[in-house]
Amino acid sequence: MTKFSVFIAIVLTFWCFFSCKEILPKGLDDDQILDGTVEGLTEAELIQFERGDEAFREVFVKETGLGPSFVTASCISCHAGDGKGHPFTTLTRFGQPDELGNQFMHLGGPQLQNRSLPGYEPEIIPLGATFAKFTPPANTGLGYLEYVSDADILAMADPNDDDKDNISGEPNYGHIPDYLTKKPDAIPKNDKYILRFGKKAAAYNLLHQTANAYNQDMGITSSYESIDAFTLKEIEPEITVNKLNDVVFYLETLKAPIQRNTNDPIIQNGLMVFKEIGCEKCHKQTLKTGKAPIDVLSEKEFHPYTDLLLHDMGSGLDDGYTEASAKTYEWRTPPLWGLGLSSDSQGGAYYLMHDGRARSIEAAILLHGGEALFTKTKYESLSESEKAALITFLNSL
Amino acid sequence: MKYTLVIFLLGLCSFLNGQASSQSSATLLIDSSMLYLNSDAMYRRPFMGNNNLPVSIGGYMDANTSYGATNGSKTGIGFAMPDLTLFLSTRINKRASFLTEVAYASVTGKVQLRHAAIDARLHRLINVRTGLILNPIGAFNQNHDAPNYDFVDRPIAATTIIPAIFSNVGVGLFGKTGNSNWVLGYEAYLTNGFNDKIIDNTLGRTCLQEGVSSFENFSGKPMFTGKIALRNRYAGELGVSYLSGVYTEHDAPTTGKVAVLAVDYSGKFLRNRLLIKGEIAKVSVDIPTTYIQTYGNQQMGGFVDIIGTIAQTSIWGFDHARINIGVRLEYADYNQSKFEETQGIIFEHSRAVVPCISFRPNTKSVIKFNYKYQEQVDFLGNPPLKTGSFQLGFSSYF
Ligand code: HEC
Ligand code: HEC
Repeated sequence: MTKFSVFIAIVLTFWCFFSCKEILPKGLDDDQILDGTVEGLTEAELIQFERGDEAFREVFVKETGLGPSFVTASCISCHAGDGKGHPFTTLTRFGQPDELGNQFMHLGGPQLQNRSLPGYEPEIIPLGATFAKFTPPANTGLGYLEYVSDADILAMADPNDDDKDNISGEPNYGHIPDYLTKKPDAIPKNDKYILRFGKKAAAYNLLHQTANAYNQDMGITSSYESIDAFTLKEIEPEITVNKLNDVVFYLETLKAPIQRNTNDPIIQNGLMVFKEIGCEKCHKQTLKTGKAPIDVLSEKEFHPYTDLLLHDMGSGLDDGYTEASAKTYEWRTPPLWGLGLSSDSQGGAYYLMHDGRARSIEAAILLHGGEALFTKTKYESLSESEKAALITFLNSL
Repeated sequence: MKYTLVIFLLGLCSFLNGQASSQSSATLLIDSSMLYLNSDAMYRRPFMGNNNLPVSIGGYMDANTSYGATNGSKTGIGFAMPDLTLFLSTRINKRASFLTEVAYASVTGKVQLRHAAIDARLHRLINVRTGLILNPIGAFNQNHDAPNYDFVDRPIAATTIIPAIFSNVGVGLFGKTGNSNWVLGYEAYLTNGFNDKIIDNTLGRTCLQEGVSSFENFSGKPMFTGKIALRNRYAGELGVSYLSGVYTEHDAPTTGKVAVLAVDYSGKFLRNRLLIKGEIAKVSVDIPTTYIQTYGNQQMGGFVDIIGTIAQTSIWGFDHARINIGVRLEYADYNQSKFEETQGIIFEHSRAVVPCISFRPNTKSVIKFNYKYQEQVDFLGNPPLKTGSFQLGFSSYF
């Protein structure tokens, strides 16, 4: 074969290599992904973030303490790309319909560990318990939500609907474990504190949520939550407090989702519709943080589209299960930021609302009842183009 | 422990060697009257049988550098020496020989004993092999020397579906029959098997590699690996291999079946100017129904290498230098199950395309230039991790 053909072949090969744009694949733009830090972290904070990120990805095995009963083996499997979860990672909690505290703690409540290591039996829901399913929410921007002051939350609450707008949000109050440090600006009521994380807002802060997640989702004890979920006995910690704190720091400093195409007139119109028909009464566009121990989170304004309050969502969403002072039909307004990126972590589909039953944004809206019934009705009477604008807006979040 | 075994076997060899006729070179138990099979590869390394010493020593080294990016984050330029391998073989007597392969991997910093076995011939069709044996599953495992490939990386499926360079202590038989047009060979071994890390590892997915027992503490049932290979002078070689065993752990309740079925093919055409080579493997592993679905009970993966020689010239003093171009297509599906909750498929797969150009100054050495584009999808099927990298490698027997 001639040298010429060799030359041509080599040139062609190189040309193929370099002509393709994906040759060194680019990442998605920052507004297309949930992962990433809040801006302005110090070098030391970035290092702690990295450590937390790594711990968040850790897959537990028998040797490192997984189970014996659990739901899955890593945080990341339920919160892929820090986004929402999938029916496979949807967990079940059981208890009772009143607010007197979980009556099934001695039988492994509140969470069902429906998987187990070979040789062990997974848990089953005890007779007489009610239950609800929880699809994992996204983990972004949580640092901002953590430092919204109790006073600001109370200012949004209106338990008796004094302003007669049908909306009567209230915070979830509950006793908190001793290992949690109370916020300096906390406003307790009868020794109970305002809770804010989770679908029923039953967790006080990110440490509370994280220590419980290790314990209840993966069967990993820490010195914070030291009771083994399987044996219900106190055991040696399976992860260190340092690692757990790194994960908490990671959650606190994950950036808030960035809205896309904000200048698009359709999207601006969608936001107007959102406000006009009353969505924003619960899904509050703008909140601010109080003083926070992490500098970059202190006294910042942000746009989560939540009020962190519980609302009566009607009988359709009443699963007969409750946590702390929340009623069975009450759910915490979920932040809508990042909504449009949900399907990127849910395997290309949507699983919205607390248990993932809504397969599209519109389906989620149509499931609103109770206090939100009037806005759902208003949504239904919108023109097709207004509906489309609203959905386009929600997708841009 | 492994090293004790080698020393023991070496000692045994030198003892037997002393007894043997002064048959010098460590040549082999392979018949030159018949076509070669893939399983003969370990005996056909260039160092073999070309000196007059009682022991032949050889080896190969494999070094590479790469530059790439995964979803926008650059990996920078990295150098690696995945393999520095030494072979040592000796002919014990007319009917027996010993071969060992020890490798140092810069990635893990570990020295690994890959193969150390005595082969004894009772009959052309009945040879006994005992020691640390490369299990004949697929074709790559027994024929893994980097200088034989035009690609920098080992195939994904041959490292993550079938364990990479997978050997176990055991005993078995092999043999072949045929002539210069046809050959039929078999291998059948009983060896140690896997531990339960197969389904309990930090990858969070079924992975045979993770469960390769360090053979000190293996306490399970023996594992069977067998292969039948048929080769025709013109059509190439087709192999079917099967592995069947259990994974167990000492004093733990875990145990389950493991089986692998692999089919491999390799053929040379157009007067050795076109090489087509590939294998496909299917793994099944018993997973307790109460365990996590991320550990799949079925896996499948494979690759095809197509390599063409575009020039065969004498260049820079090398008389039979070759320039090859080619491509590898590969994929590995780590979980072929469906989600119980949705009946949707579980993704967890990886696929890659690797175009290459290589320069082979002689049959012993190769300089490889690859571009590898790989996509990895998580178990939910979310947008993939995309990696593109340029790889430059050099591999040579010495
Ligand atoms: C089995 C799946 C699963 C695993 C594993 C899991 N989570 Fe979650 N996560 C959930 C679900 C479901 C919720 C909603 C729970 C609730 O309402 O209380 C949640 C809620 C959260 C929240 C609160 C978010 C919010 O908006 O209120 C945080 C923070 C969180 N998880 C962090 C973690 C961390 C850290 C880990 C690992 C230690 C982890 N999760 C492991 C499923 C999981
Ligand atoms: C009364 C307060 C309230 C009003 C008004 C309200 N929502 Fe909601 N929204 C909620 C609550 C609470 C949930 C969570 C329900 C659940 O998890 O089952 C929710 C869930 C959602 C979700 C699903 C989010 C997710 O992550 O799964 C979307 C989308 C949504 N609302 C959009 C809207 C839109 C659009 C409007 C106006 C038409 C609206 N909401 C009005 C309280 C409200």
